[in-house]
Amino acid sequence: MSDFTRLREAAGTAGPWRSLGELGASADFREHLHREFRVPIDSGVDRRELLTLAGASLAMAGLTACTRQPTEHIYPYVKAPEEVVPGEPLFYATAHVHGGYARGVLAESNEGRPTKIEGNELHPASLGGTDIFAQAFVLGLYDPDRSQTLSERGEIRPWSAFLAAARLAVGKERPGRGAGLRFLTGATSSPTFAAQMAQTIAALPEARWVVWEPAGRENVYAGAQAAFGERLEPHYAFDRADVILSLEADFLAEGPAPARAARDFASRRRGDSPNRLYVAESTPTLTGARADHRRPLTPAGIESLARAVAAAVGAISGAASSDPFAAAVAKDLLAHRGSGLVLAGEGQPAAVHALAHAINERLGNAGKTVVYTEPVLAGPPGGAAALAQLAEEMRAGKVTTLVVVGGNPVYTAPADLRFAEAMEKVPLRLRLGLYEDETSRLCHWHVAEAHSLEAWSDARAYDGTATILQPLILPLYGGKSAHEFLAAFSEQSDKTGHDLVKDFWRARLPGDFDTAWRKAVHDGVVEGTAFAPRSPSPSLRPLDAKPPGAAETAGELTALFRPDSTVGDGAYANNAWLQELPKPLTKLTWDNAALISPSTAENLGVANEDLVDLLLAGRRLTMPVWIQPGQAEGCVTLPLGYGRTRGGRVANGKGFDAYALRGSDGLWSRAGLEIRKTGGHYPLATTQHHHAMEGRDIVRTVTAAALARDPDAVRKMGEPPPGPDDTLYPKLPAAAYAWGLSIDLAACVGCNACVVACQAENNIPVVGKHEVTRGRAMHWIRVDRYYEGSLDDPLTVHQPVTCMHCEDAPCETVCPVAATVHSAEGLNQMVYNRCVGTRYCSNNCPYKVRRFNYFLYSDFPTELAKMVRNPEVTVRSRGVMEKCSYCVQRINRARIAAERENRPIADGEIVTACQQVCPARAIVFGNIADPGSAVSKARGQRRQYGLLAELGTRPRTTYLASIRNPNDALPGAAKTGGDHA
Amino acid sequence: MQVFHRSTNTISRVSVFGAVFFLALLLWLFDALNRSPYTTLQGVARVQPVQFSHKHHVGAMGLDCRYCHTTVERAAFANIPPTKTCMNCHSQIWDQSPELEPVRASFRTDRSIDWVKVYDLPDFVYFNHSIHVAKGVGCETCHGRVDQMPLISQHPTLQMSWCLECHRNTEKYLRPRDQVFTMGYVPAARQEEIGQRLKSEYHIRPVLELTDCTTCHR
Amino acid sequence: MSDALRPTGSSPTSETSSRAILAPGYSFTSVTDKIASIALSRRTPWQWFLGALTGFALTMVLLASLSYLFVKGVGIWGVNQPVGWGFAILNFVWWIGIGHAGTLISAILLLLRQPWRNSINRFAEAMTIFAVACAGIYPLIHVGRPWLAYWLIPYPNSMSVWPNFRSPLIWDVFAVSTYATVSLLFWYVGMIPDLATLRDRAKKLWAKMLYGMLAMGWRGSARHWARYEQASLLLAGLATPLVVSVHTVVSFDFAAGIVPGWHATIFPPYFVAGAIYAGFAMVLTLAIPLRKLYGLEDFITVRHLENMAKILLATGLIVGYGYLMEAFMAFYSGNVYERYAIANRMVGPYRTIYWSLIFCNIISPQILWFRKARRSVPILFVMAMIVNVGMWLERFVIVVVSLHRDFLPSSWGMYRPTAWDWSTFAGTIGLFLALMFLFIRLLPMISIFEMRQILPAAKAAEGE
Repeated sequence: MSDFTRLREAAGTAGPWRSLGELGASADFREHLHREFRVPIDSGVDRRELLTLAGASLAMAGLTACTRQPTEHIYPYVKAPEEVVPGEPLFYATAHVHGGYARGVLAESNEGRPTKIEGNELHPASLGGTDIFAQAFVLGLYDPDRSQTLSERGEIRPWSAFLAAARLAVGKERPGRGAGLRFLTGATSSPTFAAQMAQTIAALPEARWVVWEPAGRENVYAGAQAAFGERLEPHYAFDRADVILSLEADFLAEGPAPARAARDFASRRRGDSPNRLYVAESTPTLTGARADHRRPLTPAGIESLARAVAAAVGAISGAASSDPFAAAVAKDLLAHRGSGLVLAGEGQPAAVHALAHAINERLGNAGKTVVYTEPVLAGPPGGAAALAQLAEEMRAGKVTTLVVVGGNPVYTAPADLRFAEAMEKVPLRLRLGLYEDETSRLCHWHVAEAHSLEAWSDARAYDGTATILQPLILPLYGGKSAHEFLAAFSEQSDKTGHDLVKDFWRARLPGDFDTAWRKAVHDGVVEGTAFAPRSPSPSLRPLDAKPPGAAETAGELTALFRPDSTVGDGAYANNAWLQELPKPLTKLTWDNAALISPSTAENLGVANEDLVDLLLAGRRLTMPVWIQPGQAEGCVTLPLGYGRTRGGRVANGKGFDAYALRGSDGLWSRAGLEIRKTGGHYPLATTQHHHAMEGRDIVRTVTAAALARDPDAVRKMGEPPPGPDDTLYPKLPAAAYAWGLSIDLAACVGCNACVVACQAENNIPVVGKHEVTRGRAMHWIRVDRYYEGSLDDPLTVHQPVTCMHCEDAPCETVCPVAATVHSAEGLNQMVYNRCVGTRYCSNNCPYKVRRFNYFLYSDFPTELAKMVRNPEVTVRSRGVMEKCSYCVQRINRARIAAERENRPIADGEIVTACQQVCPARAIVFGNIADPGSAVSKARGQRRQYGLLAELGTRPRTTYLASIRNPNDALPGAAKTGGDHA
Repeated sequence: MQVFHRSTNTISRVSVFGAVFFLALLLWLFDALNRSPYTTLQGVARVQPVQFSHKHHVGAMGLDCRYCHTTVERAAFANIPPTKTCMNCHSQIWDQSPELEPVRASFRTDRSIDWVKVYDLPDFVYFNHSIHVAKGVGCETCHGRVDQMPLISQHPTLQMSWCLECHRNTEKYLRPRDQVFTMGYVPAARQEEIGQRLKSEYHIRPVLELTDCTTCHR
Repeated sequence: MSDALRPTGSSPTSETSSRAILAPGYSFTSVTDKIASIALSRRTPWQWFLGALTGFALTMVLLASLSYLFVKGVGIWGVNQPVGWGFAILNFVWWIGIGHAGTLISAILLLLRQPWRNSINRFAEAMTIFAVACAGIYPLIHVGRPWLAYWLIPYPNSMSVWPNFRSPLIWDVFAVSTYATVSLLFWYVGMIPDLATLRDRAKKLWAKMLYGMLAMGWRGSARHWARYEQASLLLAGLATPLVVSVHTVVSFDFAAGIVPGWHATIFPPYFVAGAIYAGFAMVLTLAIPLRKLYGLEDFITVRHLENMAKILLATGLIVGYGYLMEAFMAFYSGNVYERYAIANRMVGPYRTIYWSLIFCNIISPQILWFRKARRSVPILFVMAMIVNVGMWLERFVIVVVSLHRDFLPSSWGMYRPTAWDWSTFAGTIGLFLALMFLFIRLLPMISIFEMRQILPAAKAAEGE
């Protein structure tokens, strides 16, 4: 831990702060402090300068070819912890909590530094897979912009001072039995936290707990309330569903457990009897991209579709509509009673959820494909209403003490509540936060929150399974966990987070506590904590058959508010990996834009990157537009989470704050949007400019029917590749292992998890918006997205593309210094230290998967940036080429282990980063020389094809064609046909 | 009138031919410098906080390498012993020696001893001790007669050509596993024969694979 | 001496004076005076200072650009994914192309015994050297880690690894360096007798010393002349294949790649033709102002210009044929990528560049079919300029337009040169000018003794 202490010194800007803090504590003075002490480390400008010097010194070092090693030091342990073997990583089970739901992970620790997140096989929400947020949140741990101090009005204070203040506040509230005390938190499922809260409120019965989650699940619970009269948690068994109707439920990317959903869904896409997915949505989503039949509809349209289907299956009274789509879906659902599934998204009104429940009940899907349990999220009903009430109370001066735990209400609250203004009416405002953000600015007390890799906690998964979150490292900035923070308002203020969590579970674990506790912590799941399925009252509340009142009038525009696909509701805005991660559909990075349909763009006469004024209910926002094929006519999607003002150096000033338009009367969608062209222009950074396949057989899609008719359907689609002997190059010598990768496009949901995982595993630098616009993004694996068919409702396909490790690699022949050469086991090796950077290999790579360090992209100056790096992978400097290595560091690790024991490497012993993270298990890596290996089996399938194999590159990475299973009764079937051979 | 003296002819001729040799000389010097200890630090003893003598501990007292370098058989890093290891003995013997004050200080203050790294490979080279030990490469082969070094200095040049020399002809260097930690090992028979035998016995991979770039660079 | 002075090659007696390669009324002495005086006595015209100054200023721009480049990295240029090669490589090819005329004139025309070459070969060679020097800069600076560029040279090293001899870039190293060396030798050897002349006529001591050293004790004895003839013939023999090889090898950089628009067997011949085309265009561009500035119309006569115009026309047609074949093969191959690549040139985002290239290199030279045009100095000058631009555009189309859209549409992109791309390009032009101006000021820009060689023939022609 010696390096940790050194780091703490590095990070502690405390010294100067304290001395200066005494001078003044006004908000603007703190602004000044930020400028003084935060920026120079590595702000855009200064960082460039550092890079300049670094680059220059590199050049000098190189020029004297006699490169002497700089003197390096070794700091051995004083007393070595027994489990630590230097250079050997350790894995600890914990969880990543997103929107209150736990997603089990294993965190890799190298000499005490958490460096990489993997999925936890034992955790129901993971089963070994993870999502982009879980992959990226380790970067947040080392974020130098994270709040590093406990402060009162900008003045550094010790923890004890805060405890005193909290005690004082509670004392003040006691007479009124806490009438003026409000706790405002984000959605949480932590049993310990809930218990603490209950305890605190028991002591002060009049105090209240308000939950605000900007993109929360309130509608889901309200829907269950409407249907069954009680708040229930529905979750779905996608692996058991043959026919799925999604009412804008983006279950593959959003919701409580997308990784699990993708796993289950994909398991039914590979086989000969694939499931069938119908999606009705207003704005394109990944789930919609996987649909066999997709229907772009306005919010009202979705509701009426739900009613039509419900009526057609007899779930509600009323005449079946004439809509052929609804009829076909209903027919399909009726044909699959008990194996059908209808689900509605978080953004849908309670009514639609209720209708979905009704249909599932009616068709006997409930209990089979849909399971109901008690709500996973703790606390009172959240949603806009609760927050509005709080704002009202604050404005009325009824609130005397406001405790904000996490979240960022000032930024995320609906604009019409004028929350900040109301909040300033509260005499005492205390805050626990990861960042000194928009909310902290308005709080008297700010306590630096500990990152979830730094603190003890617990959380529940979508099915109620609890996970104990354990810290991997002491708080870098001395942060406190929510438990410790909340305890300050109770009698247990002296307890550590560890004790609080442990004590909670002490009574609740069966058998010998210490054993059970150790097992629970070790496994990452607490056995037997999953909620028992409920069978809700079969007698459904009667649902009104009349269409909703507030249907948008024709021609009027509707604003849709959705969490951004990479930075979520803004909580991840300061995470550079996620900022540079191309959004799965728009392929935009570093910004959000108003997504409009092609025809809407035509009507308004706007093009991509045009700045427009958006007017909604008297609120105004200027934002660039981006034309989104497949967007429902008249719907404008405004991704949340951007336009941060105090989110950190990465987040600030990126994109546009859609919360400014969002009203409490239409959290998810609101009609009456007005768009005015400003004539202005705002450049957006996209990683893909061309969206058509130009009739080339790049992504091959085949229908289940076509494949059944003709097993060779896929192979016939493209030009046949040359035979094994049609080459002038010498054959590769037969080695014991021949590494190969297979990507199943039928399983791939395009979720981007592989991209972030690869970035984390291979120390891939972030280049920033400007460099992305210049076409210099560095991702080793990218997910290409193509559109087919009409602009208004295209077929969307995704394809992960990484180095193909061609057996006859065009890049290898042209490198003048033999910096990229073939290994005996078929790896296309890239040797950074030999590369002089002619970029010839990249030019000659037909897949364009090679990435070049045009500048010194890797952050050499920042100490913290080094902590997250994988010690097994070289950090590339300026002027060298890099690319996918098949995670050769993992291959070598496995080989050395095997050879030490004089045994062959077992199949599945080597798992590449992209394979390990993939929630859909679409990627298989292994030895293709062994016919029994998983990868050989995958490549043996009839859907197998090589990308651009006709060029004679003999790619080692091959694809399995995507499968669509259209309903012949629908016109769309022809379009999604795929058998265009 | 004549501006040049007759001798200029000779001078010009000499300089024309001389230039070639002069250039060659420069190149040779450059290469020589590149391979010299000035660059490689080969055989240069470093100043350490504690003048630890391997000669004494290994040569005289016959400590096994693994007593301190505990992870050499199971990890990439052979491990520099924690202060605790030193104190195992030196809390009893030489426990007053001023030489050992830094060790005691480290133990007292719980701060690491600041050793200077002697065998320092570039960061883009990934060397793994465990596999070399497992395949019968003696400590001595790379680290020299440590038992005769009062102060450790780098035995080989640690240049790539040196690594490849062994990876290309393993038979010249392999020794039986039980001899790996022996200092001053003498092969029982002709090294070539032993090497060839061990090569098959220990399943040493073919040269082509041992010299793949990714064997050491990633 | 007199042996050496006998005019070689076919005497132009039967020709009319309009075809003369030397204006009437010259004696051995007057020829020598006229040329030598430029370097020694005559007042330097103000235009020279103007030109030289521009050249040096731009050279400073080059130095600045390079310093910034080395500090920051090649990212300062417009190169990206997918366009990994930009201005650096296309300017390299452009300069190398220009650097062809000199050796061609001196070597091949010498072997072909074309006496008319005598008045232009000297500065054509000089131009070659300077162009190759400019070209040589680019491959070094365009790499990501220029300080390691020497790894392209095979030498026994402490890493005990060799370069990849399969890579066209390695072939370049050899081709270009050989070409540069031989051209330099050829140029210098050819100059020795004249340097001696200057040495003997120089008044100032430093000039005597300078030229004297360079003349390496040349006394013009019969033995010297014999050796000289041998040497220049030998070098000419060496240089001739090089003229063809260099640009052939350069074309391999592209032809050996699989990029649609690069991967074509026709590249070598049409690169060579293009090189000669560009080379002669540049010779004209220089010759026309020079003869005006120094009143050398008598030595560089209209006939010279016309001959060069004819070569322009011929090579231009070959290049045009090359373009045609490229398009045809793309269509004929039926290869979807090749077809798209060509179509993309014609109608894609860079179509304007393609069509201006067609205008510059194929349409406009057709005017040279007319004798009037061939003999009109202004037309020729404009023509030469157009071709210089055209050839640059051709390289842009080949390098950039082929790369920006290749196999996977997802990776398609655009290339936009930055200010640094332009400044580096302008810089090399400056370097070229600077060297050129130094040359015409300090060295005999026309081969004195070779002019004297053709004098008797010319006299005879007058006699008619």
